Amino acid sequence: MKALVLLSSLGVIALLAEIFSFKKLMYPLVLLGLITTFILNLSDWDTNITYYNMMRYDNYAVAFTSVILVIAFLWFLMSESFFKASENLTDHFALILFALTGTVIMVSYTNMTMLFLGIEILSISMYILAGSNKSDLASNESAFKYLIMGAFATGFLLFGIALIYGATGSFDLTEIKVFIASHQGNVPPIFYAGVLMMLVGLSFKVSAAPFHFWTPDVYQGAPTVITAFMATIVKTAAFAAFLRLFSTTFANVSDTYVNIIWIMTAMTLMIGNISAVLQTSTKRMLAYSSVAHAGYMLLALLAGNSYSNSAVLFYTTAYSIGSIGTFCILNIVTHSKGNPARTTDGIQSGGDTVDSFNGLGKTNPLLAFVMTIALLSLAGIPPTAGFFAKYYIFTAAFQSGYAGLVLIAIVASLIGVYYYFRIIIAMYFKESSDEVVVVQNNHQLLLILVAVAIIALGIFPDFIIRLL
Amino acid sequence: MITILLIFFPLLAALLLLLVNAERAKNIALFAAIIEFGISIFAVTQFQHNADVQFEASIPWIQSLGIAFHVGMDGISLLLVLLTTFLVPIIILTSFKNDYKNPAAFYALILSMQMALVGVFVSLDGFLFYVFWELALIPIYFICLLWGGENRAMITFKFFIYTLAGSLLMLMGLIFLYQHTEGIHSFNMEALYKAGQSLSATQQGYVFVAIFMAFAIKMPIFPFHTWQPDTYTTAPTSGTMMLSGIMLKMGTYGLIRWLLPVVPLGLQQWGHLAILLSVIGIVYASCIAIVQKDFKRLIAYSSIAHVGLISAGILAANVQGVQGAMIQMLSHGVNVVGLFFIVDIIQQRTQTREISSLGGIRNVNPQFAVLFLIILLGSVALPLTNGFVGEFLLLNGVYQYSAAMAAFAGLSVILGAVYMLRSYQSIMLGEINTITAAFAPLSGNEKIVLVILCAAIIAFGVYPKPLLDIAEPSVIKLVEGVQTALGK
Repeated sequence: MKALVLLSSLGVIALLAEIFSFKKLMYPLVLLGLITTFILNLSDWDTNITYYNMMRYDNYAVAFTSVILVIAFLWFLMSESFFKASENLTDHFALILFALTGTVIMVSYTNMTMLFLGIEILSISMYILAGSNKSDLASNESAFKYLIMGAFATGFLLFGIALIYGATGSFDLTEIKVFIASHQGNVPPIFYAGVLMMLVGLSFKVSAAPFHFWTPDVYQGAPTVITAFMATIVKTAAFAAFLRLFSTTFANVSDTYVNIIWIMTAMTLMIGNISAVLQTSTKRMLAYSSVAHAGYMLLALLAGNSYSNSAVLFYTTAYSIGSIGTFCILNIVTHSKGNPARTTDGIQSGGDTVDSFNGLGKTNPLLAFVMTIALLSLAGIPPTAGFFAKYYIFTAAFQSGYAGLVLIAIVASLIGVYYYFRIIIAMYFKESSDEVVVVQNNHQLLLILVAVAIIALGIFPDFIIRLL
Repeated sequence: MITILLIFFPLLAALLLLLVNAERAKNIALFAAIIEFGISIFAVTQFQHNADVQFEASIPWIQSLGIAFHVGMDGISLLLVLLTTFLVPIIILTSFKNDYKNPAAFYALILSMQMALVGVFVSLDGFLFYVFWELALIPIYFICLLWGGENRAMITFKFFIYTLAGSLLMLMGLIFLYQHTEGIHSFNMEALYKAGQSLSATQQGYVFVAIFMAFAIKMPIFPFHTWQPDTYTTAPTSGTMMLSGIMLKMGTYGLIRWLLPVVPLGLQQWGHLAILLSVIGIVYASCIAIVQKDFKRLIAYSSIAHVGLISAGILAANVQGVQGAMIQMLSHGVNVVGLFFIVDIIQQRTQTREISSLGGIRNVNPQFAVLFLIILLGSVALPLTNGFVGEFLLLNGVYQYSAAMAAFAGLSVILGAVYMLRSYQSIMLGEINTITAAFAPLSGNEKIVLVILCAAIIAFGVYPKPLLDIAEPSVIKLVEGVQTALGK
C-alpha cells in the first residue's frame, strides 16, 4: 500500500514539475523515490493488511512489487536519454509512474474491479508511451495497434468479469471462491464462460499464443526503452495478476481450463521460439522471445502447485533482468550505428539486424560480455539465473505430472539457444571495422549490475524462492 | 576441504589471469595448473584404500529444495581428478608455442573448464553434478569459437546444441528421480540411488534412456557421434585435447556414477541395445578411420572407437569391465592428448595434416619418430603399454557379458592397429619429400611434454597396480550394488 501511495504521489509531482519548472530534478527525484518506495514496501512484509476488501497487501503482493521496483530502477538507469531527448519529459515521467501504480494494483487486488482498474491504468499509460516517438511512423503504428488490440482484450476481460458477477453476484475473489465451493456441481454455465473470457483477456496481456499477434509489431515499433518496459515490468505484473486469479479463486474449477492452457503453453513455446528464429530484426526477435518466455511461465501457472508462485516470481525476475540488459545493449548498439532507416510502411527497419552486433567483442568487450551473460541467462544455461528459473519451472510442471509439456519446453529451449547464440557468434566471431561504441556511465553501472545480478541469482536463488 | 580447494583453485587462478598482462598469462596458468596437480597428488597420498567416499564436504546451498554443495571423492572420482589435473598442465604447455590472440582469456577459459571438470567428477549431489556438467560446456564452446579453425561458428554451434539437448534430457531424468525421493525431496546422490532403485522397471527404463542420452552424446557413441569429428578437427589443439582427453570422460564417468547404480533395472532393459550401439560404434568408427586422409580426423574417429569399448565395458556391469574402463579412461586420456599433440607438431612444421602428402619424417627427426611410436603403441594397446591393461580387462568384461559382442569389440584392437600403423608408415617412413625435408627438431617444451607422456604410457603399462588399487574397492562396491539390485 505504501508503494501505491508513493508511486502515485511521485506521478503527480512529475506533472507539477512542468508548472513549477523543476524538470531537471525529476530524474534523480524519481530514482530516489523508487529506492524509498522499495524500502518502505519491504516494511509491509508479513503485515497482510486488507484494504476495504479491494486490495490485500500480502507477501505475494510485496514480493512482486519489490521485483517490479527493482526492475523499474534498472529501467530508469537504462532510459535517462529517453527522458532527456523528449520535450514532454514530465508527461513521460508521470505516465511511467502511473503505469507502475497500475502494476502495484495488479499484484495486490482481491476484487475484480481492482484488477480491471490496475490493468487499465497500466495499459492506457503504455498506449501513449508506445507512440511517444511522435515523428516516427512505426511508433504511431505501434501505439495504434496496441490500443486496438488492447481494447479488444479489455473487452473480453470485462465481459468475463460481468458474466462471473452475473453468476455469483460478487466481484470479490473470496466470495467467488466461497460461491464455487458451496455450489459444487451446479455452478451456472455462464460462470465458466466468464472464466474462459477472462482467460482470453489475460492471455492477451501476457502475450500468450494464439493471442500474441500484437506483440512483435508493437514491440518493434515502440521506442526501445518502452519496449523494454513492456517486455519486463508489464509482463511481470500481468503474470502476477494472472496467477493471483487462477491459482486461488479459479483453482477449484481448473478442469474448465487446464486443457486449454496446456495447448496454449505448447503453442506459445513453439510459436514464440520458432518465429524468433526467422526474424532478421533483433528487436523483433526479442519480441518473439518474450512470447516464448511467457510460455515457460504459463507452464508454472498450469502446474498450479506449491512451487508455482515462487517459480513465476523467480522466472519473471530472472527474465526481466536479462531482458533489461539485452534491450539496453541493443539500444546502445543501434544508436551508435545511426538511427535505423525505416521504409514507409514502418515495419521493416534495417539498423538492428544481428549484423549490427558484429565484432562487438573487440570494439567493446564490456558490452559483449554482459550481453553474453544476459543471453546465456535467457537461453537458460548454468550458472545464470535463467537456468535456475527454467529448472524450477520444470520441477513445478513435473510435480503436477506435465512431463509431456516439459519435453516440449526442452525442445523449445534448444531452439531458443539457436537464436540467442546467433548474437553471441556475431559478437565474437564476425569481423567489424566499426569504431568503438561509447557507453554512458549510468549504462555501464546498469550493465555491471545486470551481470552481477544474473550470476548471483543463478548461484544463490534460495532467498527469492523462499519468499513465497 | 581438499576437494573444495581442488574445485575452486583453478577458478581463482582463472580470475587472476584476467588481471595480469598478456605476456605472463601462460606462465601463471601453467604454474597454477602444476599447483593443482600437486594438490591432487597430495590427495592421493592421503587417500585410504577402501570404498568409502573421502575428503567429503557438504555445504547447504538451496536448502528449500534439498540441494547441497556436496562433494567428495572415492577411488573412481580420485582417478579422474588425477587425470584432469595431470593433463591440464600438459595441455597448457603444448599451447605455449602458439601465439594466441588474447592469451589471458584463453588460459582463463582452460582453467575455468578445469574447475567444471573437477566439479563433475567430485559432485555427490545430482543438481550440483548437472550444473558443473553444463558449466564445462561454456568455456570449451568459447575456446572453439574464438580460437578454432575453418567454419568453426557452425561446427561449434552444432556441438553446443547437440550436447545441450542431451543435457536437458538428463535434467528431466534427474528431476523425475528427485521427485521420487523419500520425505523432503533431495538431490543427494544416495537419495537419488534409492529413489531410482525403488522405481518400477518401466519407469527405470525411461530414466535410463533420458540420462543415457546425455552421456551417449558426450562420449560420443554411435549414432550420436556426428558432432564429434568436425568439432575435434576444427577446435584449436588444446581445445581438442580438453575435449577428448578429459571432457569425454565426463560421459563415461557419468555412466558409472549416475546411471548404473541409479536405474539397474533400466540397464537390464536397455543395456543390451546400448552395448550393441557401442560395439557398432567401435567397428564403424574404426572402418571410417582407416579411410581418413586427415590425420587429426583419423584420431577423432579412433577416439569414437576407443570410447565405444569403454562404454561397452561399463554397461556390461561386471568388475572387469568397469575396472578396465577406469584404466582405459586414464590411458585413453594420456594417449589421445599425445596423439593430438603429434598432429599439432606435424602441422606446425609442415602446414598440413594430410597423411598422404607426408613421409620420411623419421629420417629427418628420429627422436620424434621414437616418441611418436611409443604413443602410437600405447594407443594400439601393445602389451607393456598402458593401453593393453585397459583393453584386456574391457574385452574380458564384455566377453563375460556376451562372447559375440566381445568378438566384434575385439576388432577394435585389430582395426586400431591397421589405421594407426598405416598412418605411421605413411607419415614417418618412406621417402622424404619437399614438405617434410625441413622438419625442424623438437623444441624444449615439446620434448618435455612428449617424454612425460611416453614415460606415463610405459610406467603405467609395466606397473599399473598403484592406480588400479585406488579404484578397485569402489568399483567392486559399485558393481556388487548393481548386481544385487538385478538379483544376480
